[in-house]
Amino acid sequence: MSDFAQHLINGVAAGTIYALVALGYTMVYGVLKLINFAHGDVMMVGTFLGYGVAQELGVERQSTLWGVLLIFLAAMAGCAILGFVIERFAYRPLRDKPRLTALITAIGISFTLSYGFQLDFGPLPGAAPRAFPEVIAPREWLIVGDRSVVIWNWQVISLAIAIALMLALQGLVYRTRFGRAMRAVSFDHRTAALMGIPVDRIIALTFMLGSALAAGAGILYAIKDTAIQPLMGLYVGLKAFVAAVIGGIGNVPGAVVGGLLLGLVEEFVVGYSSSSWRDAVAFGFLILVLLVRPGGLFGRVAAEKV
Amino acid sequence: MKIPSALRGLVPVLVAIVVLAMLQLVLGDAPFFVYLASIVGVNVILAVSLNIVNGMTGQFSIGHAGFMAVGAYTAGKLSLLIKDVAISGLPGVVSDQVQFVGSLLAGGVAAALCGFLVGLPSLRLRGDYLAIVTLGFGEIIRVVVQNLDVFGRALGLSGIPQTSSLFAVWFCVFLVVLVARRLVGSTHGRSLWAIREDEVAAEAMGVNTTGYKVRAFVISSFFAGVAGGLFAHFVPIINPGSFTFVKSIEVVVMVVAGGLGSTTGAIVAAVFLTLLPEALRSLFLQLGGLDTGASLAQKVDQIRMPIYGMLLVLLMLVRPQGLFGNREIWDVLPRWFPRMWKGIT
Repeated sequence: MSDFAQHLINGVAAGTIYALVALGYTMVYGVLKLINFAHGDVMMVGTFLGYGVAQELGVERQSTLWGVLLIFLAAMAGCAILGFVIERFAYRPLRDKPRLTALITAIGISFTLSYGFQLDFGPLPGAAPRAFPEVIAPREWLIVGDRSVVIWNWQVISLAIAIALMLALQGLVYRTRFGRAMRAVSFDHRTAALMGIPVDRIIALTFMLGSALAAGAGILYAIKDTAIQPLMGLYVGLKAFVAAVIGGIGNVPGAVVGGLLLGLVEEFVVGYSSSSWRDAVAFGFLILVLLVRPGGLFGRVAAEKV
Repeated sequence: MKIPSALRGLVPVLVAIVVLAMLQLVLGDAPFFVYLASIVGVNVILAVSLNIVNGMTGQFSIGHAGFMAVGAYTAGKLSLLIKDVAISGLPGVVSDQVQFVGSLLAGGVAAALCGFLVGLPSLRLRGDYLAIVTLGFGEIIRVVVQNLDVFGRALGLSGIPQTSSLFAVWFCVFLVVLVARRLVGSTHGRSLWAIREDEVAAEAMGVNTTGYKVRAFVISSFFAGVAGGLFAHFVPIINPGSFTFVKSIEVVVMVVAGGLGSTTGAIVAAVFLTLLPEALRSLFLQLGGLDTGASLAQKVDQIRMPIYGMLLVLLMLVRPQGLFGNREIWDVLPRWFPRMWKGIT
């Protein structure tokens, strides 16, 4: 029983990170209908930015609240700029081309970032993994019985942040002018432009928002899984995408539910068999979901209009 | 001399056999050359076969390395099992070659079967979802191989008989090119082309889109499996690390750079992108002396992937149709060099 409870907690903790990264994925897909393959790598860049800032501040272990905030804000601002640059120079020129063109570009950017960061000249970090400072000191938040079930404080913090962000994004999309503009662009960007919506600006802002979210998620991920390296974005990004598709891509609460579900499924399969199966579980689950519900759990399958 | 029409189809095959046999006789003993030519050949097979799905049918598969892995492991394991068996009544070399061909076929069929199993449900999905499912499939294959004792887990298989040869590899290259070219002109090819241009319109014209897509997928996976089988018979060891997502992307880069839908484009791009790093590496080794040369040569490997990434982005921005677009080299060259062409003809 306690085994089960611990798996449950670990699954939710892993799922939280997927959910956070999936939120950014789903936002960008919702507006552009583009699988931003490079999203996971933007996350990786964010963690390295956070790492750099932490080094500058001299943070070794625990940091002050201001230090933590500064690390988060710097990484998120840096990634927002990166997201803007990627959108402006790689995706915008291709907006009216076939969708596969943009997908190929996204794969290209993903590879440029992740393998480019493995080089070791100039400011690039090189392939060796780095230890991310424990900016939030890990503390046991809840212990049940004789330490058979432990919940850590960062697990609670991450989950709270994920749910808060989900609610905030949901509010942004459905309650603000910007959100209405986003939905209009998503529905039909040509008509939206005719209605006076600045399509380019809306898409650029969505991209910056998504990239900033990725950076935040990256730092939360790094706190949990302290070794960071340039290729970490590839797999986390792919799994977050899987989570977004499971929840119904383009749907904000769906991303969080999908992320938590994926984390739980992975944890339970791995927990009761062997950890080397982990990477297969996510994709197997994805294929299963797509076969049964091609639009994801909360998504709608739009009929193709000709 | 008039050749009967029934035999006319065999002429290119006979010519290929003669030419390749001569090549084998002249160059078959230079080990480095054979190795390089085999690697190039395998990549050409992969690129041309992926082009059938990604280029001609307009679907986007990024899990080709998975099918290659299925072929490599099936063929490799089979060859290992029957290594000590000799077919009675045949000389040893011939018996080895018969077993080699059998293993290759088994690898190809196993990969084609996987292609069918993956394709049947997932080809109902639209473009980018399909891409993710194929990617996921490739990863699942790798994880499964890594977890099975039969396939040596992470260590892989070693000691597979090295029965591949220059002739075998390039004859398979010839076969895949022949199939791809014949496909283009056939009813099948035209249906695939229709699906690529507009799936809804193709369906409205009575093309069984899912059926044709699955068939294209199966043909493509078969040759990926054969490529894997060949690979397993000339490298000393195969392990899951050779068949990652990165390998799939490498093949995608070749197809996209050559031009989606162009068989000759895929060949040119595969040859070029395989030889370029090798050429740079040996250039640095020769020019830079022992120390700096070796470190520069190492850099070539490091810098290859970021360059592939940037190449994809630049191609999409500047020349999204790739080198030859969806045409072939003989359609394009006359237009690039009109005066030279006039001089020749």
